[in-house]
Amino acid sequence: MPIEILMPALSPTMEEGKLSKWMKKEGDSVKPGDVIAEIETDKATMEVEAVDEGKIARILIPEGTDNVKVNTPIAVLAGDGESVAAAAKAPVQQAPAGMEEAAESAAPAVAEAPAVREAPAKAPAAPKLRELADPDLPSGTEMVTMTVREALRDAMAEEMRRDGDVFVMGEEVAEYQGAYKVTQGLLEEFGARRVIDTPITEHGFAGLGVGAALSGLKPVVEFMTFNFAMQAIDQIINSAAKTLYMSGGQMGCPIVFRGPNGAAARVAAQHSQDYSAWYSQVPGLKVVQPYSAADAKGLLKAAIRDPNPVVFLENEILYGQSFEVPKLDDFVLPIGKARIARAGKDLTIISFGIGMTYALKAANELASLGIDAEVIDLRTLRPLDFDTIIESVKKTNRAITVEEGWPTNSVGSHVASEITVRAFDHLDAPVIKVSGKDVPMPYAANLEKLALPSVADVVEAAKAVTYR
Amino acid sequence: MAKAERKAEKPVTSPAIVSNARPTLATSKNDPPALTQKQERDAFEMMLLIRRFEERAGQMYGMGLIGGFCHLYIGQEAVVVGMQMAIGEGDQVITGYRDHGHMLATGMDPKGVMAELTGRRTGYSHGKGGSMHMFSREKNFFGGHGIVGAQVSLGTGLAFANRYRGNDRVSLTYFGDGAANQGQVYESFNMAELWKLPVIFIIENNRYAMGTSVARSSAQTDFSRRGLSFNIPGEQVDGMDVRAVKAAGEKAVAWCRAGKGPYILEMLTYRYRGHSMSDPAKYRTREEVNKFRDEQDPIDMVRARLIERKWATEEELKEIEKRIRDIVTEAADFAQAGPEPDPSELWTDITH
Repeated sequence: MPIEILMPALSPTMEEGKLSKWMKKEGDSVKPGDVIAEIETDKATMEVEAVDEGKIARILIPEGTDNVKVNTPIAVLAGDGESVAAAAKAPVQQAPAGMEEAAESAAPAVAEAPAVREAPAKAPAAPKLRELADPDLPSGTEMVTMTVREALRDAMAEEMRRDGDVFVMGEEVAEYQGAYKVTQGLLEEFGARRVIDTPITEHGFAGLGVGAALSGLKPVVEFMTFNFAMQAIDQIINSAAKTLYMSGGQMGCPIVFRGPNGAAARVAAQHSQDYSAWYSQVPGLKVVQPYSAADAKGLLKAAIRDPNPVVFLENEILYGQSFEVPKLDDFVLPIGKARIARAGKDLTIISFGIGMTYALKAANELASLGIDAEVIDLRTLRPLDFDTIIESVKKTNRAITVEEGWPTNSVGSHVASEITVRAFDHLDAPVIKVSGKDVPMPYAANLEKLALPSVADVVEAAKAVTYR
Repeated sequence: MAKAERKAEKPVTSPAIVSNARPTLATSKNDPPALTQKQERDAFEMMLLIRRFEERAGQMYGMGLIGGFCHLYIGQEAVVVGMQMAIGEGDQVITGYRDHGHMLATGMDPKGVMAELTGRRTGYSHGKGGSMHMFSREKNFFGGHGIVGAQVSLGTGLAFANRYRGNDRVSLTYFGDGAANQGQVYESFNMAELWKLPVIFIIENNRYAMGTSVARSSAQTDFSRRGLSFNIPGEQVDGMDVRAVKAAGEKAVAWCRAGKGPYILEMLTYRYRGHSMSDPAKYRTREEVNKFRDEQDPIDMVRARLIERKWATEEELKEIEKRIRDIVTEAADFAQAGPEPDPSELWTDITH
């Protein structure tokens, strides 16, 4: 029975990739462990190793093919004693095999085993739902499409070109080009003095960064994920956030802590935590959480220029999503200003970061039900732009909040409380929070899905506050 | 024992005091390099200022004029005064919460420090930092940090900034024997040596982390060896003798300025007072304290040398003492006369 070799997944979030190169040709013998091909995603290039012994009977996907879905058969292997010619003619199963079956038959091993810290790769394209242009943009501004990942990289590169005191440090930011490829190309342009690979030592390098900032430099400290920043949270809060106050205004700390925050995919409880509520509680910090690539770029540039410590919460699922970004020489957005992402009159949906994907999709579904939702992207969690929220609620008289984080003492809790205080007389329904469930993130695919909020949850909440 | 295991190229000479399982008295067999008359007199004056300042702070605490935590530096004066004599313009100083001595030694105004202790608008942090959180950009004093060990990573960052800027400044990063057991200290050691950062890790071993003696808390009680696995040279120094501190400091500073990376100085010292003002002091005997005070007091030793060499007369020293007393009295008066912060200050300086 010929064996099908399937397109492997290199990381928890990979769904497709490029088959960049075949290292073997039809008729070649392979042994387990032989590198047979190279595949590539937007974040990494990896080698595919053979699991079984045999001869390559047929190559199904030529090299250079983009967007090969995970588990698509890419080659057929004739096993011991089988005829290569016969194997080459064997019918190929078109539907991708299930994961278990693939693992048993011919799922190629990845040369570099994905470790816990290994970066997952890519995500589906974002819904193109930017319905309102940014009012801050000059009319006629040319827009270019880029991913959130590229926008973040460009923001850092532009600020590093502008100011010699800006440097980037973190694990794998330089030679590896970033665990999530966010710092790709920075080492080449700025050199090892300004793009610094650290040991795996979050507490230590966070403190070192704060010390450098106290002396006037402007570090951009990347955490591979904010889950690991829990080891450094004392330096972020006790040293970075409080020193200006404790020094009577003498000693500021111009530093950016950035990296992916929140759930990725299938990485379970310790690697899937949303710190939005944690950091946004702390006076002395600014907390930014962009959704779109344009906001990622404009706000990261603002964060780097800000004289205060800024916690910049990114999201791994969003890294690969593309958005329109204004093509301007120096596109900087104000920290502390929310954006109305979709205008509407029936209710206000307040969200931020990846929560916006649920909010915007739900708004579209609601439109088909005749409910016209206004969607606010908070963009900054501290200081929080309550004026925009309250103004909207005064118009719609109803509000729901959407976030992936836990419900207890969440950002939504705070927003709901402020709406109640500031716009009580305008409310026609209680403010409802849509959030992740109050559980550690489970691993199993079905449970993970249940733990996260869904578009249906948002639609349901919207119907509840509009009594539909 | 420790010395033999060190690599030959690492500088290891120092007043040889090797502590064993129990804390030992710091006793110099060989005298360290002598100071000049002016240096001895300056050291005497600064150490005396710190001592009298701290004694007054203790009194004012007892009177309820100073609140919260208040950690006095009495007994340890030679450490910071000797190190200040070894550094130059632009070198940075950072320490933990037992920080009044460091502030005075870097030249910060006693009035501003005392007014901060009393929580007044005229204090260095406008009354918003208190005993443990004061800073002076002008004097390159970077705090004043209340979380045990946090200043070690921060001080390493100051050294990182020096190297980034390509200057030859050195970061003096002070911490105690207690902080020396914190994990981030070793994270910092690793990066400091890896990147050859100009930082002197000054471990003020005053024998007790709050109430826990070094022997009860530390598997390796010779703190100068704590950098060995990172290849950071270290030595033990008689921290009661300002001359020894200065000599060791100069060597460490030269090492750092030459781009050779970090250096560890373990200062064997002793704190006469409690950990903070509310210390029951049940963990050590009065005899132990008295033995240090009587035999190795850093100020008495300088005083004796000044008299012995006829570098100062009793009258001159009394004159200095009076001047110091006046400075401290002036600081105490200033600290009590100053207004409390305006209530509006609650909301200032949270962010720029």
